[in-house]
Amino acid sequence: MGSILSGAEAASLVRSLPGVDAVGLEARAAGLGTRSVKKASKAAAIDMAIGMIDLTTLEGADTPGKVRALCAKAVRPDGDAPPVAAVCVYPSMAAVAAEALKGSGVNVASVATGFPAGQVPLEVRLADTESAVRSGADEIDMVINRGAFLSGDLERVFGEIKAVKAACGDARLKVILETGELVTYDNVRRASFLAMYAGADFIKTSTGKVGVNATLPVTLLMMQAVRDFRRETGVQVGVKPAGGIRNTKDAIKYLVCVNEVLGENWLSPHWFRFGASSLLNDLLMQRQKLKTGNYSGPNYVTVD
Amino acid sequence: MSDRLRVKKTYKLYVGGKFPRSESGRSYAVTTPDGTELANAALASRKDARDAVGAARKAQGPWAGQTAYLRGQILYRAAEMLEGRAGQFAEELEAATGEPSRDAVERAVDRLVHYAGWTDKFASVLGGANPVAGPFFNHTKPEPLGVVAVVAPQDDPLLGLIDALAPVIATGNAAVVIASESKPLPALSFAEVLATSDLPGGVVNLLSGKVAEIAPWLASHGDVNGLDLGGVEDAALAAELEASAAETLKVVRRPGRAGASLDLVRQWTEYKTVWHPAGMASAAGGGY
Repeated sequence: MGSILSGAEAASLVRSLPGVDAVGLEARAAGLGTRSVKKASKAAAIDMAIGMIDLTTLEGADTPGKVRALCAKAVRPDGDAPPVAAVCVYPSMAAVAAEALKGSGVNVASVATGFPAGQVPLEVRLADTESAVRSGADEIDMVINRGAFLSGDLERVFGEIKAVKAACGDARLKVILETGELVTYDNVRRASFLAMYAGADFIKTSTGKVGVNATLPVTLLMMQAVRDFRRETGVQVGVKPAGGIRNTKDAIKYLVCVNEVLGENWLSPHWFRFGASSLLNDLLMQRQKLKTGNYSGPNYVTVD
Repeated sequence: MSDRLRVKKTYKLYVGGKFPRSESGRSYAVTTPDGTELANAALASRKDARDAVGAARKAQGPWAGQTAYLRGQILYRAAEMLEGRAGQFAEELEAATGEPSRDAVERAVDRLVHYAGWTDKFASVLGGANPVAGPFFNHTKPEPLGVVAVVAPQDDPLLGLIDALAPVIATGNAAVVIASESKPLPALSFAEVLATSDLPGGVVNLLSGKVAEIAPWLASHGDVNGLDLGGVEDAALAAELEASAAETLKVVRRPGRAGASLDLVRQWTEYKTVWHPAGMASAAGGGY
């Protein structure tokens, strides 16, 4: 959606948000993390999680060959396992991924706007976005200007997200808050609302490139923001935790949170994603375990 | 002595360099042969076995990558530590088996020193340069299998354990060991020796519990490369374990098969043959 608010209005709304009860939030996340999901429910959760993965490779050493291999895995991860939601690459690899995924139903997501730091001039960030869309990206993962956010210039952050959203055209926009750099839960709540007011289709926790990535409490907080935002405006926004989610157990904890906080409406790849690379292999190994009854090992999944 | 209460040791598992209780929270009573209770030991579950394999896999690569000399030093260090605590181990062994055991501890120390010596020699004894009819250097080199699951002998809780374990880790494998079911205490104390010998955590993982409960999970585990059934006394169970190990292409050592130490070392290695164009061997980094 295009935002109807001005920067000043959005900033004042965001500044008036109540603070976060950190102890309560962490206790709630820990509580939701203790649910035991077994057998048939676990099998269903694993397949659902596979279908929600943005299979990601964001390395300086990425080559067209590596991206094509990842795309092949995205379409057919293992035997009868479902395909993942999208392949997430750098803009220079978006065209390669788009070619490899054509007609498969798997989306191409491209990071843009000077990922991961975002410390380049706005016109460069916009050009980065437009070029990714032209290369065939269905989804754009942008980073917010943390420098501006942390110095209190919310209007500027708002304006930049809006500009990137306009540059996206039909592509869906995921706004990366980089919660590891926002320091406090209050900031995460403010940044979540600011991004949603500016027209984000998804809010995403992290780039995966800093020390602290997605954590359950932070993601839970963002889910609450998304829930409150829909209650307030009627607009549904997706959530994408990224970075540090490596095993099935963690992924299932996130799914439990989605169900408890957001409800079944969000339990679909259209509204919830995992930004991950090594998670897929662990999900596939757990899937094999459920199928054969034996523990599987890394020799039975691909090396990425 | 005053009449203070003795502080008794809690015998726990040894997984990934740490001493956890069983994930299941269970324990079982360990007694002397005549039925006197000695202590409670953790009763490991399949999830403890899974965690142990995970820890072993993580530790195996770096362990195999260490120099043979260092692996030897560490095994020798373990022998030193065991020697220093020989009195305690003799007592524990005597309580477990009912027989005087000083001699068994000393032989265990000697056995460790023996295998410490093999670490930097087995590759030259088992491998070497092969003559080929072409302008190539052709080498064969024994390499560790990876993760080896060991069911330790039931009646010989310390020496039997070391006999089974030392050849596994000497070549760079990591081990998951199920200690003697009825006499696990010396093995669990031996974990303390390993933990203070600079042996990286996870190279040896010790579980106490029921062989019939844990071993099938290790035998069928896709990430276990070798299986030593030396301590499986039930022939039907051994056959079953061997069958399920075959599904995942494991090297299996059947119960009751003894051998010279070099045979045991060789059992847990596989041969890699490398071709190099003659004259370029120094330039090529490694190979296929």
